[in-house]
Amino acid sequence: MKYAFYPGCVARGGAPELFDSAVAVMGRLGIEWEELTKAACTGAGVLQEKNRKMGDVLNIRTLAMAEEKGLNVLVICSTCQGVMSQANHRVQRDADYLAEINEVLAEEGLEYKGKTEVKHLLWVAIEDIGVEALKNTFQKELAGVKLAPFYGCYMVRPSDALGFADNPGRDTSLETVIEAVGGEVFDFPGKTACCGFPILFINQANSLRMVSNHTGAAKDGGADAMVTPCPLCHLNLDGYQPKARKKNRGDKADLPIIHLPQLLGLAMGMSEKELGLQKHIVSTKEIVRKVELIAAR
Amino acid sequence: MGTGGKGLLMQTNLKVKRYNPGEAGSQPHFQDYSIDIHPDSTILDALIHVREEVDGTLALRCSCRASICGSCGMRVNGRARLVCKTRVADLAPDGEELTIEPMGNQLVVKDLVVTLDTFFDQIKRVDPYMQPDSEPESGEYIASNESMTNLLTAMNCIMCGCCVSDCTVLEVDDNFIGPAALAKAWRFTEDPRDDRRDERLKKLNDEDGGIWDCTRCMQCVEVCPKDVAPMDRIMELRDAAIEAGNKNTSGYRHTESFYNSVKKNGRLDETRLAIDSAGWTNIPRLLDLAPIGLKAMMKGKLPPILPHKAEDRKKIKEAYEKVEGERE
Repeated sequence: MKYAFYPGCVARGGAPELFDSAVAVMGRLGIEWEELTKAACTGAGVLQEKNRKMGDVLNIRTLAMAEEKGLNVLVICSTCQGVMSQANHRVQRDADYLAEINEVLAEEGLEYKGKTEVKHLLWVAIEDIGVEALKNTFQKELAGVKLAPFYGCYMVRPSDALGFADNPGRDTSLETVIEAVGGEVFDFPGKTACCGFPILFINQANSLRMVSNHTGAAKDGGADAMVTPCPLCHLNLDGYQPKARKKNRGDKADLPIIHLPQLLGLAMGMSEKELGLQKHIVSTKEIVRKVELIAAR
Repeated sequence: MGTGGKGLLMQTNLKVKRYNPGEAGSQPHFQDYSIDIHPDSTILDALIHVREEVDGTLALRCSCRASICGSCGMRVNGRARLVCKTRVADLAPDGEELTIEPMGNQLVVKDLVVTLDTFFDQIKRVDPYMQPDSEPESGEYIASNESMTNLLTAMNCIMCGCCVSDCTVLEVDDNFIGPAALAKAWRFTEDPRDDRRDERLKKLNDEDGGIWDCTRCMQCVEVCPKDVAPMDRIMELRDAAIEAGNKNTSGYRHTESFYNSVKKNGRLDETRLAIDSAGWTNIPRLLDLAPIGLKAMMKGKLPPILPHKAEDRKKIKEAYEKVEGERE
């Protein structure tokens, strides 16, 4: 099982623990990969505000590079998934538009035929590897650990570009993984809401309210941690949780935000250090200890 | 209904939110109804069946039953929908429970009925009428077919309030103009017969709760039953506002910085993005960023001072220049 790996800017920048834990987990899952080192940023929907076609050119360029290798793209970021899927969806439905984009790519000797699939590690885990095979890689059962899923907007909307109709399990994929590791799902309406990151630098008060609402709801519901496939959600929910909780709830930041590969890694028996759990702003000590205690039982 | 015999009917289980703010002691709670309905029924059919056959106290609002009037917006399983446009069998083919609640971000009148006051207050904020400077020359304003076709997306709006219900910004900030009103505003900025385009764009750009407060979460795009795609209209308003010379916002600086960072490095320079968005001369905002950056650095996770760069980024820059050349 081989993929063209597109880690995204945040895993290569502000959240290095995501890259490291993903690579470690992919190794255990028997996933072979080749990093697309020449690929550009997806634009994250921000660049598209200024020039949508420019964004589509960059993303189709990446998909064409993978197509040339005969590989599908594996991502570890909800935003990368969504933005690439949207670009793919647009050109797959509009041959004239694809031709227009290919005209730009021709200068570099690239041509996209529309065959590449973009898949987050979350979908790869349950669709390509399969829940049973995934479970076989686990050494610990996280029984009694309550986890709140947090998808990230781009992983759930717009559902047509993300292929939800043809892949019925995608809208509950995170819950499926939480159950696979033996954890208990804390279900709450905020799981598919916005984390606030896109307006962090624009309207910080609103952004912080989102952070305190979601992390507060999960904490009040008894969650031990929140799990997200999106490093941008992580940046906000983890990095700004102390400020948001203090400002809006007058309490302490006590909800660890775990990257999806870190959760898989914990179940696989990997160490705190291997998974970079010590690099978070909100301490992950409690959840790590809880997992260790369960394993010792 | 009911004349076709039991065999043709399917069981439907509804969990309906009940609340009557006008009644002393009333608290929001759920009430379960289990009814037999025809498999082709919409959720609205099912609710009307409950009201007429089971429980006459249930309040709901509807009119055309054909997704034209926009009266029956409600939340079904946590998502705003027109219940006349949603078939029971599509969401609950095997009699799964359907949770029905009133729309969000609006005040409940009773049970599933909300006031649309918030909605219309938002619409009024964008002056939703044409403002031409002069009388038409020939008795009526002439507009090209092309310009009117362009407006079709936003003109499809039936003002049902589904987008407002599920807007994640309105959930935390009731001062946001909201997706429906911004789509309406776009409709007037794009209308060639209107002469207030620049003023409208400036106001939407400068105002608290204006175009830059949208988080791009796509809820409105997902729930709109008429494909208005309000968020896409908001993005077009941002672009138009910038083109019209409004460059005084963090939102503008954020987009510019992002765009240029990828042009230069092929990747995003996160440190630079934060500083650019705050504004290089905005000392209080920059000081505000410092403690977070320091904390991240101590944990060993600050983005590199020198940004991560894509290999072969010259090619990326060339693609940029080609696309930019087309636009000019």
